[in-house]
Amino acid sequence: MAYNWNWEIFLQPSATGEGTYLSWLLEGLKWTVTLSLSAWVIALIIGSIIGVLRTVPNRWLGLLAATYVEVFRNIPLLVQLFIWYFVLPELLPRGMGDAFKQMNPLAQQFVSALVCLGFFTAARVAEQVRSGINSLPRGQKNAGLAMGFTLPQVYRHVLLPMAYRIIVPPLTSEFLNIFKNSAVATTIGLIELSRQAQQLVDFTAQPYEAFIAVTLLYLLINVALMFLMRQVEQKVRVPGFIGGK
Amino acid sequence: MTMHEYDWTSIPGAIPLLAKGMLVTLEVTLTAIAVGVVWGTLLAVARLGRNRVLSWLATVYVNLFRSVPLVMVILWFYLIVPQALKAIFGESIGDIRLTSALVAFALFEAAYYSEIIRAGIQSVAKGQMAAGLALGLTPGQTMRMIILPQAFRNMLPLLLTQAIILFQDTSLVYVIGLSDFFGTSYKVGDRDGRLVELLLFAGAVYFVICFSVSRVVKHLQARFSS
Repeated sequence: MAYNWNWEIFLQPSATGEGTYLSWLLEGLKWTVTLSLSAWVIALIIGSIIGVLRTVPNRWLGLLAATYVEVFRNIPLLVQLFIWYFVLPELLPRGMGDAFKQMNPLAQQFVSALVCLGFFTAARVAEQVRSGINSLPRGQKNAGLAMGFTLPQVYRHVLLPMAYRIIVPPLTSEFLNIFKNSAVATTIGLIELSRQAQQLVDFTAQPYEAFIAVTLLYLLINVALMFLMRQVEQKVRVPGFIGGK
Repeated sequence: MTMHEYDWTSIPGAIPLLAKGMLVTLEVTLTAIAVGVVWGTLLAVARLGRNRVLSWLATVYVNLFRSVPLVMVILWFYLIVPQALKAIFGESIGDIRLTSALVAFALFEAAYYSEIIRAGIQSVAKGQMAAGLALGLTPGQTMRMIILPQAFRNMLPLLLTQAIILFQDTSLVYVIGLSDFFGTSYKVGDRDGRLVELLLFAGAVYFVICFSVSRVVKHLQARFSS
């Protein structure tokens, strides 16, 4: 196979005149990281609420939360993204739909991908929060109630602080997943890493360099996150609990 | 007031096309399950085996595939597979997209299946291997006839859950323009100017299938653990 390797391609000025091809990669990295981190914040907040609702002694709230989880787990991420991006603006009240469509394209893509990834991952976070709370001995909740705490206080001061520490390992893998899942945003044109890989192929005709570089960046993200989360895991580990289950 | 007036009339006429798309989805899913489980089992056994080089290679394979987004894996194979096919068969090749997708999903899923299978093998009591060896079986025979059958029984629910995830993930062949169920829904919606209806329809179909299968898995799980 006669393939002309040319790693210097990254230092050449890009065809559009905006910086080098390396700067395209960094732009992609920036959007991948920004999108994933902000979606993770949404996922943690909504996932915590849904996870808690699945454990409270109220059938309707439990059913509501279970429905959320089933809906977001049983529809492909790509379909969800297209529904947020193409369908929702049509179904919103006219003013809001128009306002969305008048935003610049990048903002539209980012907002859709952000909400999509956040809500999708929230369903997974909710399952972990629920299993964390359920793994605690029942006596903890009863002791809290017997001390005169209200139910919200028991959650706030007794159950959740323990549950979060126990579920750090499974949350780590969801955290890694959100970065990988963010690549789906390429389908609506957001210029994150995998989009830039495709752009580089189109503009430079050096597909292998482009794909290898982007793959290495994903690996780098993965290694960095695992290192970071290992530190967190060691800090918050509860003595006597192996975690997870 | 919403600005959208629903019109579902383009769906009935598109059913044959959508069914054809669903066949592609199922073809990719089932191939990936079949190859993924076999190749995943080999990887898991290699990883747990005594041969250090094989074990290291299997570890690298699994970690590499698990660190990279599926979208990138699909794009990679769409780049490599046509060139490999050209090198082997010369110029004339059929639909490269389907072949690339089949290879990409099979090799990608194997990494995920191998992790499930590895945990399954480790869940079988250690004494069983020793017992097999004491009976005069070779390590390979013990693995095949004693450990793996039990391991697969233990991990059937997890394997099926992974299959549901895989079924959903096949929609990502959209990035190489392959017309699976989702790709066809999108094209029909785009053609008729009825994207809203077709996307909602596709979402509903996926939901019904995945939700039903996950109920069955839950039922199996309850029966197995009792």
